[in-house]
Formats: sequence, structure tokens, C-alpha cells
Amino acid sequence: MPRFLSPLANVQPTVYLVVAGAVFLLVGSLDSARFASLTVGGVGVGAAYGSLALALVLIYRATHVINFAQGELAMLTTYIAYQLVQWGLSYWEAFFATLAIAFVLGTAIQVTIIRPVQHRSVIGTVIVTVGLFILIDGIASWRWGGIAYAQLPSPFGFGAWEVGGVPIQHLYAGMFGIVLASVLLVWALFRFTKIGLGMRAAALRPAAASLAGVRVDAMLALGWGFAAVLGAVAALMYEPSQFSGLTPTLMQTALVYAFAAAVLGGLESPAGALVGGLAIGVFLNMLAGYAPQVVSLEVPFAFAALLATLLIKPSGLFGQSQVQRV
Amino acid sequence: MRRRLPALGSVAIVAAALSVLPFVLSDYNVYLGAEVGVFFIAILGLNILTGYTGQISIGHGAFMAIGAYVTAVMSRDHGTNLVLTMLVAFAACFVIGLLVGLPALRLSGVSLALATFALAVSVPQLPLQWSNYLGGSLGVQASTKPSGLFGISMPGVAALSNQWIYGVAWASSALLFGMAWLILRGRVGRAFRAVRDSEIAAVASGVELGLYKTLAFGISAAYAGVAGSLFVMASNGFAQYQDFLVVLSLQLLIGAAVAGLGSLWGILVGAAFVGLLPKISGSVPLIGSDNGRDIVYGLLVILVMLVLPGGFAGLLARLRSLARGLNRESIPVKLRESSSQ
Repeated sequence: MPRFLSPLANVQPTVYLVVAGAVFLLVGSLDSARFASLTVGGVGVGAAYGSLALALVLIYRATHVINFAQGELAMLTTYIAYQLVQWGLSYWEAFFATLAIAFVLGTAIQVTIIRPVQHRSVIGTVIVTVGLFILIDGIASWRWGGIAYAQLPSPFGFGAWEVGGVPIQHLYAGMFGIVLASVLLVWALFRFTKIGLGMRAAALRPAAASLAGVRVDAMLALGWGFAAVLGAVAALMYEPSQFSGLTPTLMQTALVYAFAAAVLGGLESPAGALVGGLAIGVFLNMLAGYAPQVVSLEVPFAFAALLATLLIKPSGLFGQSQVQRV
Repeated sequence: MRRRLPALGSVAIVAAALSVLPFVLSDYNVYLGAEVGVFFIAILGLNILTGYTGQISIGHGAFMAIGAYVTAVMSRDHGTNLVLTMLVAFAACFVIGLLVGLPALRLSGVSLALATFALAVSVPQLPLQWSNYLGGSLGVQASTKPSGLFGISMPGVAALSNQWIYGVAWASSALLFGMAWLILRGRVGRAFRAVRDSEIAAVASGVELGLYKTLAFGISAAYAGVAGSLFVMASNGFAQYQDFLVVLSLQLLIGAAVAGLGSLWGILVGAAFVGLLPKISGSVPLIGSDNGRDIVYGLLVILVMLVLPGGFAGLLARLRSLARGLNRESIPVKLRESSSQ
């Protein structure tokens, strides 16, 4: 087996499972146009869940803490993009400016309020992110909540390509493409740059990394910054797919799906988060398409998926089981 | 025993003050006091689980919702006595809490937070799905004419009036507080704290992890169920899913953090913080009510966690050890802190 494939050696059953899932979707799509269009929509929205899940995983890997404010932070950055567009920027100018702002915001949050508590206890840190959740929610509602119908212009329009009788909406294709591009960029950053190496070292072995001259605190702050950027991408892509437009509650259910996705993929695994997001997205879209009578049970279904994963294989599909030192 | 006297004294003073309040306050303020009582019970329950047993829950609003719908539906369909429905809510949530606690055995820290968060988001969706029975988005109106058992008709106090609710809420608070104190001071409480401090050490000393974790979940959920039941009574017998969204669960956790995790002495402050702040910040200009509440909640809880990790109870303990330190300076600080817990 070539060297770059060597990580596959220990996750083979999972790979089979993912390939089987993909084949199932492909065969189903060839068989039924309805199935195919549900798959397309699911993949588009699932990419956004995956991106948000990846943001959670980045922070979890570095500090073993879940950032409950990740979704609200993403919602806030979407409002910032909305504000920038209102001030006359074009969509893509606002898009990239927002990503920069998200990065600064994420880093600043880590430095000011997370760093002082993160060594104390998991519960303490979780409570701080919960406080952040409710704080950001309050700020966004106060500043923008009164707007009757806020919406970002759709970057890809509302057209669709026809492929064999199946409409592939530009929106969904664009969502998938942008998310994939940003995920690949972040992956390349972690894999090929010196900063990325430092961040991985800081996450894996903080003490050893700092002995080797890595500035662990700075690396963790950068990690929060990149997570905020991924969250912002997720929310910016997710918003046009929602009929309700931009609301302060935009990302709350998405956050639950992202949790489910991250757990499904294994909280430690970036690839798992993305695959988990796609799986959750497709599953929920199928549910809404084929069983509309249980549509208000979407969240409980995602919850069931999360719980089942935690019970059957707590390390998720892509994670490796943890060994606790006694 | 002499060492306990100051604690007993302050409990007596607080209890006396709480029982005088409904006769001196205005009707609206009595209602607010009843709401504080509701939060008192819920935060007390959450503290047993998160503070004493170390199992985080961001889903206690879900148990409140279950208790609330038990009360509302039983009263609507069978005209059941409201106080009786509280007992049923207690029992039902105890059982459901045990069931939720079972998978929680395999989860710890962050995974548990995730699972309970998902619970908080999921449960309020259920009334929408089974709207025939649970009222959908319109909610469930309990029958407001409770029948006579348990001396419900206090002389001169109409059922579901604010004074009535205040009385029921704080009587149950006192009862449940006493129960919590008894549970936590004895064998079970020691086991809970052992699980919190180190699971491995607890197992090594013969503490049955599974038993105590699920038990903590059950007790804590039962408390939240009673709180939910009272919540319905305080909102005129009306249960609607919008009252039990995830924000409620976050509020409870915030209240517990402000009160101080792992101590019973700050809960009143935490409950008052969660119960009264929305009403106070409503009159703050510029920010307006709901949003102002959220902003102040968020800022304060972050501040508390940064500056005062022990919450109000931690502050009390620090003040006490300071006062004690004046005449007993030879005891090292570390020792004194751990003995006061």
C-alpha cells in the first residue's frame, strides 16, 4: 500500500461503510429522480453542517472542549456580512471581509475569556461558552432582530442545471463547492505549513510542544480563529437555503445537526466531521422528503443518531478509541 | 453540632423572611417570588447532578417540560389535583432521568454535555409532533379548578392565585431542600462527590459508578420535573412548548454557576438571579427586555466564571475562611479550603 494511504489501514471498515453509503445514494439516484434531487439538497445542506462540525472538531482536538457558542458565532458573522452588504459592499467583498472579521473575533474570544478558564475544568469552560451563546444571541437580536426579513443576496442565484432530468440547484452545488474549498484550504494549512504543524503539536502534546518552542497559547488562539472562519463559511452558505432568511436563531438547529455530525464522525476526526455532516444532511432531507408527517421530529432523529453513536461506538466512525491511563 | 449553628440560624432567618414576604409584597412581586421558588427547585436539582456528582447537563429544561406537560395534561383530561400532579411529575421525571442516566454512564464530560443539549432541543419538539394530545403550538390549558385534596383550598387564598402558588412553590422548595441536604450529607452524597472528584478512585473505594450516576440523574430530573409542574401553575395553568426551549436549559446552568456548583448555600441567589433579572433588565432603557436579559445573563455568567469560579457560595466560603483566618492563621490555606467543602 502506498505511504499516503497508510492511515486507511486502521479505518478500513469505516471506508467500506462510507463507500457503501455513496454507492447506495448513487444507485438510488440513478433509479429515481426524486431520490436524486433529495440527495442533491441533502449534500448541499450537509456540507454546511459538516463545516460547522469541523469547526467544533478543531476546537475539541485542541482543548477537549465543545464550543457551544460556535453556531451563534457563525450567525453573528452572517449578520456582519449582511451589514456589510447593506453598506454597499458586493457579496464576495463582504464574504471575504466577514471571514477576516470572524478570524479576529474567534482569536479574541479565546484570548480574553476562554484562556483564563480552560485549565480549570471542562464544566467551567462549557459554562463560559454557554454564556457566550446567550450573550451573542442577545446582541444579534438587539442589533438586528427587529428587521422583518433580512436576507443576504444569493451568491449563486436560484437557477439549476438539469442532469438526466434531475435539477442540480446552483445554490447547493455552490454550497458544496465553497465548503469543500475552505475545508481543503484549512487541511492544507494544517498539513503543509509551519503554523499548521505548530497547531497540531500544541493540540496533541501541549507540554512537549511548548518544550520544543511552540507557543501553545498562541496556537490555541489561532485554532479558535480558524474554527470561527469555518463556522462563518457554514452559516454564510446555509443562510440562502433557509426560507426564513436570516434570523438570530438561524444556526441553533444547525448546531444540533453539527453536533450529531461531529459525534458520528468521531469528535477527533476532521474527515469524520465532514462525512458525518453530509450523512446527516442527506438523511434529514430524505426524512423530510419521504416522511413529511414526522418532519417536526427532525431534531429528535438527529439526537437519536447522536445518542446511538455515543452508545455503540463512542469514538465515532473515524475516531480511534481512547485509552485512559489508570 | 455547635459548628452547624450558624448555618442553621441563617437557614431559619431566610425561611422566616420567605414566609413573611407574601403578606407584605404586592401581588406582582409575590408572583415573582413564586417564580424564584420554581427556579430554586430546578437549580437545586441541577446542582445535585452537576455540582455534586460532576455530570454536566445542558438539558434540564427538557425535564421541566416533561413535568409541565404531565401537570397540564393530567389536569386537563382528568381534573387531577394540581399538587397530586406534582408528585406524578416527580415520579415520572425520576424514571425518565434514570433512563437518560443509563446511556450517560458511558458518556463523560463533553459527550454528556452534547447528549443533554440535544435532549433540550428535542423534547420541546414533541408537542408539535403529537399535537392532538400535547396541544401543538397552542399549548395545553390545565383545569384551573383544583379539587379539594391536601387542603388545597387554604382559607382566604384562591387556588392558582399568586399567594397560593408562592405557598406551594416555597413549601415544596423547603421540603426538597431538606431532602437534598439529607441525601448529600450521608453515604449517597459522599459517593456522589467521590464520583465527581475521581471516577477511578471512587471505583477503587467500592463506589458503584453506574448506580450513583443514574441515581444522581434520576433525583436531579425529578427536581426539575417538580419545577416544571410549578412553572405551569405559575403561568396560570398554561403549558406551551415555547417556554421550554433550549434557552431555559441554559438559564438553569447559568443559575447553577452563579449560585456556585457543589454547594447548597448559594442557590437562592442563583434562583433570584435567573428569576428576577429578566424583570429588572426589562426596565433598562436602550437594550429592551428580552435581548437585554440575554446580554446581561451572558456577560455576568462569563464574568462570574472568570472572577468567581465558585459562584456565590464560593464567595461566602471565601469570606468565612477570611473571617476565620483572622484568629487561626496557622492553618495553611489549602487545608482550610478543602475542609470547608
